[in-house]
Amino acid sequence: MFSTALTWSDLAFLAQGAGMTLAVTAVSVAAGTVLGILFGIIRFQFGPYWSAPLTFALDIFRSVPLLIQLVLGNALQSIAKMGWPPFTTSCVVLSLYTAAYCTEIVRGGIDSVPVNTRRAARSLGMSWWQDMRYIVAPLAIRVSLPSWIGLTLGVMKDSALVLWLGLIELLRASQILVTRLQEPLFILLLCGAIYFVISLPIARFGRYLEERWSPND
Amino acid sequence: MFSYTFHWNQAFRALPQMLDGALVTLEIALLSMAIGLALAIALTLFRLSGNRALSGIATAWVEVARNTPALFQIYMAHFGLGNFGIHLSPFTALLAGIAFNNAGYLAENFRGALKAIPDTQTRAGRSLGMSSLQAFRYIVLPQMLRIAFLPATNQMVWAILMTSLGVTVSMNSDLAGVTQELNARSFRTFEFFALAAVIYYVIAKVVTLAARLLAARMFRY
Repeated sequence: MFSTALTWSDLAFLAQGAGMTLAVTAVSVAAGTVLGILFGIIRFQFGPYWSAPLTFALDIFRSVPLLIQLVLGNALQSIAKMGWPPFTTSCVVLSLYTAAYCTEIVRGGIDSVPVNTRRAARSLGMSWWQDMRYIVAPLAIRVSLPSWIGLTLGVMKDSALVLWLGLIELLRASQILVTRLQEPLFILLLCGAIYFVISLPIARFGRYLEERWSPND
Repeated sequence: MFSYTFHWNQAFRALPQMLDGALVTLEIALLSMAIGLALAIALTLFRLSGNRALSGIATAWVEVARNTPALFQIYMAHFGLGNFGIHLSPFTALLAGIAFNNAGYLAENFRGALKAIPDTQTRAGRSLGMSSLQAFRYIVLPQMLRIAFLPATNQMVWAILMTSLGVTVSMNSDLAGVTQELNARSFRTFEFFALAAVIYYVIAKVVTLAARLLAARMFRY
């Protein structure tokens, strides 16, 4: 019952898939966070009225299934004759998807800084930039970091969908092995365990920060 | 830059078919939400029971549901159960996967909501002669559902978006599946999927709005 046709090179194949998952996640989260911080500051500075177009555009990324976004992104790049490889397309779409969620987190973080604190900073002669850098950033990061970690985990899980564009990441790699070895349960359990091992420590760390930094106690 | 000619007519002609697909999508989302809600309440009861085995099951369920991709859970239902000779149809596999996922997330929402309900209320109920199940049913549950309602609507929108994953297990009757089939026949990928995206967007917004109205109606004092 416990015999399996899985070889070491198959495990290496799975590990390669996991590496692809991590690469897509790292690139998308990095780019998405930079964009998210930018959009979040724009949304906060311009107020709900002037930033309404941006809000609407970002809301689309949160209300349309990621799979459809990926298909559309791929179709669009081939229509525009960009000639992007699937990796680039996946990263671009996932970055925008991440940015849409990150914007909300950043905006919420900036919102949580009391106005009086910022006024105090400005009346001490700090410039807008200094206020942002030395007053808002440390306070906002404290509030937003737990949800940012949650977002990172979410993007890592959602990155499984890039298999639709032909990228061989962890889930696709295990699916290929399933097709070849016909041991679906064992290989899928292995795949799930790898996902679990990657995300559980980060999730625990996020929960720890949340409890440690909880503003109300 | 664009030497591509868009053929929107083809997509609009397929609109009735796609709207039928949207109904199936909505049906799966609602069913998975109902099953997920029932399971989540059961998991919450397991956690509260104080029984080590039961709360262990609940914790394991929640951790697996939250720490693995939804697509993996659907694959597990579709391919993984085949090892036991259980061959689910794409519809059932999709429903099972999403319901599993929903239950995990909702149970976690309930855990957060329970923290907001003072323990003394349960004790007051118990001292009035209620059994522990009655105290849960009549005192804790209504408040828990009220607090968890907004996160649950988010989960509902997630469930709608998750139904699109069915296309990867060759589901062909929901919105994503219908779109993919039309696409395979005509290769008008952008037009069909753009229309599908609009439909998904509208469904998500309508559901959010309906939930808000429902909350305002149900939870007024």
